[in-house]
Amino acid sequence: MTTSTEPFQASWFTRNKLKVAPFLFLAPALFFFCVYVVIPIFQSLQLSLFEWNGLYNADGESTATYIGLSNYTKLWNDPNFWVSIKNNILWIILYMLAIPAGLFVALFLNQTVTGMRFYKSLFFFPFVISQVVVGLIFGWFYNPDFGVIAKVWQLFFCEEAINIVGNVTIKCRVPVPDILSSPDWATYGIIFAGLWPQIAYCMILYLTGLNNVASEQIEAGRLDGAKGWKMLWYVVLPQLKPATFIAVIVTIIGALRSFDMIAIMTQGGPYGSTNVLSHYMFEVAISEYGERYGYGSAIATVLFGIMMIFISYFLWRMYQDEKRGT
Amino acid sequence: MFPYPIAKSTPRFRIAYQAFLPIALILWLLPLIAIFLTSVRGSKDINTGNIFGWPTEFKLFENYHAVFTQTEALKYLTNSVLITLPTVAISVSLACLAGYALAIYRFRVALPLFFLFVAGNFVPFQILMVPVRDMSVQTGLYDTIQGQFLFHAAFQTGFCTLFMRNFIKALPFDLIEIARVEGVAEWKIFWFVILPLVRPALAALSVLIFTFVWNDFFWANVLTQGEQVKPITAGVRALNGQFVNNWHLVSAASLLAAVPPVFIFFLMQRHFITGLTLGAVK
Repeated sequence: MTTSTEPFQASWFTRNKLKVAPFLFLAPALFFFCVYVVIPIFQSLQLSLFEWNGLYNADGESTATYIGLSNYTKLWNDPNFWVSIKNNILWIILYMLAIPAGLFVALFLNQTVTGMRFYKSLFFFPFVISQVVVGLIFGWFYNPDFGVIAKVWQLFFCEEAINIVGNVTIKCRVPVPDILSSPDWATYGIIFAGLWPQIAYCMILYLTGLNNVASEQIEAGRLDGAKGWKMLWYVVLPQLKPATFIAVIVTIIGALRSFDMIAIMTQGGPYGSTNVLSHYMFEVAISEYGERYGYGSAIATVLFGIMMIFISYFLWRMYQDEKRGT
Repeated sequence: MFPYPIAKSTPRFRIAYQAFLPIALILWLLPLIAIFLTSVRGSKDINTGNIFGWPTEFKLFENYHAVFTQTEALKYLTNSVLITLPTVAISVSLACLAGYALAIYRFRVALPLFFLFVAGNFVPFQILMVPVRDMSVQTGLYDTIQGQFLFHAAFQTGFCTLFMRNFIKALPFDLIEIARVEGVAEWKIFWFVILPLVRPALAALSVLIFTFVWNDFFWANVLTQGEQVKPITAGVRALNGQFVNNWHLVSAASLLAAVPPVFIFFLMQRHFITGLTLGAVK
C-alpha cells in the first residue's frame, strides 16, 4: 500500500510543483499585506457610511450606526473640507516646481570634478532627514522674532531705537511678516519648506537619468550644432523621460501625502487655513473632542479616490511596459 | 555627456565653477548648518535672541549631554531602533519570497497580484488609519513596539515586493531553467541560486526601508499614546512642546534624529540611490 501511494503523491507534487510553489512563496507576504493594507482599505470604505466613535459595547459589539451617505453630504457642506481640497491642489501645483528645480540642480552637478560624489551626496541630504526635522527648522526660519526671515527683514525695514528707559528696541516701518500665523501665507511657507527635500529627490532621479543618456546622441547633436537649451530640449530631455515620469508620480503622491510638516509647523491652523485632506482627516478622526471614525473615513475615502487616479495611471503605464517586455 | 564637461572648457570658467560649488552647497544646506549652530549654543544666546547668528559660546558637549540626561531622547532613539530593524528584516524577507514567486513563475494572477502590491504601496495612510488603529487596540498591539513594526513591515512589503520582483525578473532566466532540468527543488533554487544573486538588492532595500521607517511620523501618532514606545520623530515633536525656550536642546535632539539615516546613507550611498531609482530609472 504505502509503496504504491508514495510515488503517486510525489509525482502529483512534481507535476503540479510549478503551480503550487508560487503560492507557497507568496503566502506570508500576501497574508500580511492583506491584513494590514488590503482589508483595511475596504473597511474604511465601509466605515465611511457609518457614524462611530470607536467604542464597543460591553458584549464586544461595535457601536457604529449606519447612516448611508450622510457623512458625504456633511462633507460637501463642510467649509474646512473645501479649504483642504484647495490646499491639496495648491500643494500639487507648487510641488511640481521641484521637478524643473531638481533637473536644474542635477545639470549643475553633472560634472566630473574631484570630490563631485561628495557634493552630490551632500546635496541629497535634505531628502534623507525626517520631515519632522525639516518642519522644525523652517518653523524657526519663519519665526518673526528671531528667524532668518525676520533678521533679513529688519535689515531693510527696521532700525534700532533707544527708548526712554534706555533699552534698545527695534522699530519697523513695515512689521515683520509672521508667515506661519498668516492664513494667506502659511500654506506657501509650508510648501516652500517641503520643496527642499523634494528637489533633492528629483535631483537624484535626474542625476541617475543623466548618467544613462547616450553620449553618441549628444556628440551627434553637437556636430549638428545643437547647444545649451536646444540640446537640452531636443536631445537630452527625451532621453530623461523615464526619470521625469517617476519624478512626476512621486511628487504628486508626495504632495498628497504631506502630513508631517503641516502637523509640525501649523497643525492645520491658523483657523484651518493650512489643512490638507490628509491632515484634516487625522484631525477629525482622532481629536480631543472624541473620535469621529466615520466622518474621518469619508475624508480618507475622498483622498483615496483622488490618489487612485494617479495610481491607476502609474499601473497602466507599468502594464504597457510589461506587455512590451514579454 | 551633458552639460558640456567642465574639464574641456576654458580655465577661467573651470575655476569659477569650482569656486561656486562650495558656495552653492552652503546655501543649499543653510537650514542644516543653522540648526547645527543652534545645537551648540549656550542658553545665553537663546535668551538674547541670537538663534541664527554666530554663537558666542560653543557648548557642543554640554548640550548633547543634556539631551541625553534631561530628556527622554535616548528612550526615543532606542524605540526607533527597535521599530526599524525588525521592520527591515521582516519586510525584506517576505518580499524576497514574494518577489521570487512573481518574477519566476508564470501563472494567471501573477500580474494582478504584483499590481496589488504596487498599488498598496502608494495608497494614502489615512485610508488605513482607522481600521489599523482599531485592530491594534483590539489585539493589544496599540501603544507597543510590536504593533508599530508589524504594521510598518506589512506596509513596506508592498514596496519591497515591487523592488525585488523587478530585480529578479532582470536576472538571466536560464539559470533557473538549468537548475530545474538538474532536478533541483524549487526552494533550493530560491535559496542557492537566487538569494546570492539578489544580495545587492537586499542591501539597497534595507537602507531604503530603514530610512522610510525611521522617518515615519504619522504612524507614531496613530499607533502610540504614551512616551514609552514613541520613536524619535514623535519624540522630537514632544520635546519641542516641553522645552519651549530651549531651542538649543530641541535642535540637538533633531540632529540626533537625523544622524542614523544620514549615516546609513553615507555608508551605503550607491545602494541607496539604486534603491530609489530601480524599477523606475534603469
